[in-house]
Amino acid sequence: MSVKHTVRLTVNQKPYEKLVEARTTLADFLRNELELTGTHLGCEHGVCGACTVLLNGDAVRSCLLLAVQANGAEISTVEGLAQGEELHPLQKAFQDQHALQCGFCTPGFLMTAVAFLKSTPKPTDAEAREAISGNICRCTGYQPIVQAILQAAREGAVEQKRNFSAG
Amino acid sequence: MAQTYIGAPIKRREDIRFVTGRGTYTDDIKLPRMLHAAILRSPRAHARIRSIDTAKAEALPGVVWVFTLRDIGEAAVPVPMRMYKIAGLERYLQPLLAQNKVRYMGEPIAVAIAESRYLAEDALDAVEVQYEDLPEVLEVAAALRDDVLVHEEAGTNLAAVHEIKIGDAAGAFAQADYTRREMFRVHRHTGNPMETRGLVADFDPGKRELTVYGMTKLLHYNRQVIAAFLKLPEHNLHFIENDIGGGFGIRGELYPEDFLIPFASVRLGRPVKWIEDRREHLMAANHSREVSCEIEIAARRDGTLLALRAKIYGNMGAYIRTHGGLVPCSTAALLPGPYRIRHYECKIHCVVTNKTGMGTYRAPGRYESCFFRERLLDMVAADLNLDPVELRRKNLIQPEEIPYEIGITRPGANPTVLDSANFPSALDRGLREFGYEELKTFQGRLMNGRYHGIGVAYFVKNTGGLEPYEGARVALGDGPTVAVYLSINVLGQGHETAMAQICGDSLGVPMEWISVFHGNTDLVPFGWGTFASRGTVMCGNAVHLAALQLKQKLLTIAGERLSRDPAELELREGAVYQKDSQTPALDLKDLVSHARESIRQTPGQPALEETAYFTSNQLTHSYGVHLAHVAVEPETGRVEILKYLVVEDVGRCINPLLVHGQAVGAAVQGIGGTLLEELVYGENGQLLTTTFRDYPLPSSTDVPPIESLVLEEAPSPLNPLGVKGAGEGGIVGTGAVLANAVSHALSSLGVEVKELPLSLDRVRALIRSRP
Repeated sequence: MSVKHTVRLTVNQKPYEKLVEARTTLADFLRNELELTGTHLGCEHGVCGACTVLLNGDAVRSCLLLAVQANGAEISTVEGLAQGEELHPLQKAFQDQHALQCGFCTPGFLMTAVAFLKSTPKPTDAEAREAISGNICRCTGYQPIVQAILQAAREGAVEQKRNFSAG
Repeated sequence: MAQTYIGAPIKRREDIRFVTGRGTYTDDIKLPRMLHAAILRSPRAHARIRSIDTAKAEALPGVVWVFTLRDIGEAAVPVPMRMYKIAGLERYLQPLLAQNKVRYMGEPIAVAIAESRYLAEDALDAVEVQYEDLPEVLEVAAALRDDVLVHEEAGTNLAAVHEIKIGDAAGAFAQADYTRREMFRVHRHTGNPMETRGLVADFDPGKRELTVYGMTKLLHYNRQVIAAFLKLPEHNLHFIENDIGGGFGIRGELYPEDFLIPFASVRLGRPVKWIEDRREHLMAANHSREVSCEIEIAARRDGTLLALRAKIYGNMGAYIRTHGGLVPCSTAALLPGPYRIRHYECKIHCVVTNKTGMGTYRAPGRYESCFFRERLLDMVAADLNLDPVELRRKNLIQPEEIPYEIGITRPGANPTVLDSANFPSALDRGLREFGYEELKTFQGRLMNGRYHGIGVAYFVKNTGGLEPYEGARVALGDGPTVAVYLSINVLGQGHETAMAQICGDSLGVPMEWISVFHGNTDLVPFGWGTFASRGTVMCGNAVHLAALQLKQKLLTIAGERLSRDPAELELREGAVYQKDSQTPALDLKDLVSHARESIRQTPGQPALEETAYFTSNQLTHSYGVHLAHVAVEPETGRVEILKYLVVEDVGRCINPLLVHGQAVGAAVQGIGGTLLEELVYGENGQLLTTTFRDYPLPSSTDVPPIESLVLEEAPSPLNPLGVKGAGEGGIVGTGAVLANAVSHALSSLGVEVKELPLSLDRVRALIRSRP
């Protein structure tokens, strides 16, 4: 069996320490080791964006990172967005706008949008559309996702008390 | 006051689990003692297998078993055809694993089972297969020469032929003022749901029961086939559809893996998980759309259409899969569209090649035939000097001619009857909504370096699916609460909300009481599934009927309790009322507790539940128009869509939020399929498009905002709710309308689009090759 490495990181503000093989991707680590299965794998080659999580506040593709590369990092996943039963404004806006159908790509879009609204709190329609152009959705045609991001921006997604990027 | 959940834009209740990351997709299922499977696939398109050596792979640490077809032994069956079983096709079925020969790149050869997916994939690298390459045949024309045989034992690559003959086309052609013949072709592409295929099979050796998660689309049928294969009683198999990341026709058909993974679990007595990767998906899951058509049309000088004659060729790939000849046959079935064309002949050819097998992709065959017909009509209009809209209007079947029988257009089926429609109205409303008359002034004009074009395409889409029934069970529980059990499954559409709306109205209870359960063969004993835009048509009506039956039962019980004639009572807003009274006579909570305490309270039978099946052997037909305004950049071939409208009459709209969502999402899928996507084969039959970098799906910046107009002018007389399917109308016309718009844009250059896709290189080639 191959050598294992210690990975220490926080996910959704909770600290973890695990032994992993060097080749374990961050996505597989989150899903299989930490049982955070909200992060999905659509292509496993960095195109579809379903596996997007925040790493120290930046949106990254967890299928293209190894778990060992996230050693010491602060990770945020879709499971950390709601506060108890209270939805994050983006989550609420996704429901309001019918911005999801099968829901498989949704966690990736949400995490992409969280990072985007942090840097661009008052986006235009075109900016919101551009921001999600690296994520693929096969169901909605994107329009309601753009509308959901704009709704969340109006309703102040970034004014939330909790800082999703830095814990 | 009547409740009106039906027709209201009610937000989806299922969304909460999805936006919080608490959905349960197949790969999220983790069972104790679970093993992982990986599948060795042929890297060659066409080769004899000299030997397969699994010894080294099996010796690797963590590897439990590597098996080939030999290990399945006499139990091995080919994957059966489910439908469109045209005579001849049965010679080309796919074995569960290749043994002597591989016929397409991606064909499964061996299965490795290991303690993790990583280790199972390591094992594949250690399996040694010796191949002897054979020449491959990829295109229909070459395959028809039979120089290279994909299946030697069949002696030909022409797997089957089917003919449609309605009226006297030859006679009509002989007398016509005008005829035109064209060749059209649609390119190979497919659905690509975001979640790849996957299964978790869990055999309990003690009870001899097998639970399979990740089964979808056709749970009952698939269970029946797999039970026979495993020689287990059908009801010992529990097929469960958890949350599913999209279907689009691809997912849920029986593939070899649906046999192999349950087989491995039974053999090992442990749960086995298999999750497909995207490369596998692109080369092994059904491809679709590759149909070509030689078509001839006859008309009078004034534009009155008289007859159609066509030869359709489906590139079926290496094996005939579950759909049999569906894709080319469905292309033929509605080729005449919404037009009064009395004479129609068509010869359908199913041709095998060394490509991946063909199956359905959203609006299978209809996308293709809409392109063939609507493109041809624009050419006819140009020849006869008619406006394309006027030509269509002149030939549309009129409301007073409905129901309109086209004739028998599908093998072994009833005649195709357009059940309900107002075709001219949908066209007019679409033109008005789109602003066609104003936009038409841009037709063919070069402005700021781009050519503008406006396209129109009319479609008819049969919905409801041929399988003749669906069931639902509605039960009243303490609380009161209502459980609705569906015989069908859900691929992301929103049935948990829509079916609760139907039940709420039909039973007369608040929607909040209702929970909807689906995707489990144990809930309702018989059923088919969710495909062909049939979920609401078939199962929605079953829910309606079951709710009405339960309501009748509740009113009978209430009548006894209240010493009243049940006919004087009604159930609304969750309570029993004397008709015309505003004061509840009995609330359902009392009724439930009395029924539970004493069988005497519930005449007939104690259970406060009813099961109903809705049956139909006729298809409903949705219809409508796609309109597009495009600008084409001649230097790059880039087609930008400036405006796009989908108009569809769905008979009756249960939830406009969901119906618009289907229309817009489907249109974007179709635009991607028309402009960007193509499954390309290269030298030696290698599939070159095995990642999302080579096979680009549309992203948010590739598509415009889509406008959707949903009409309810023609409710279907074929079911009590009057509904028609709404899942595919948004995609049917995408190829046709964009081809027409691009052709109009580039008309001054003499460009006539006859093949899809309209990718940058193809459009550039059209411009370069202008006369």
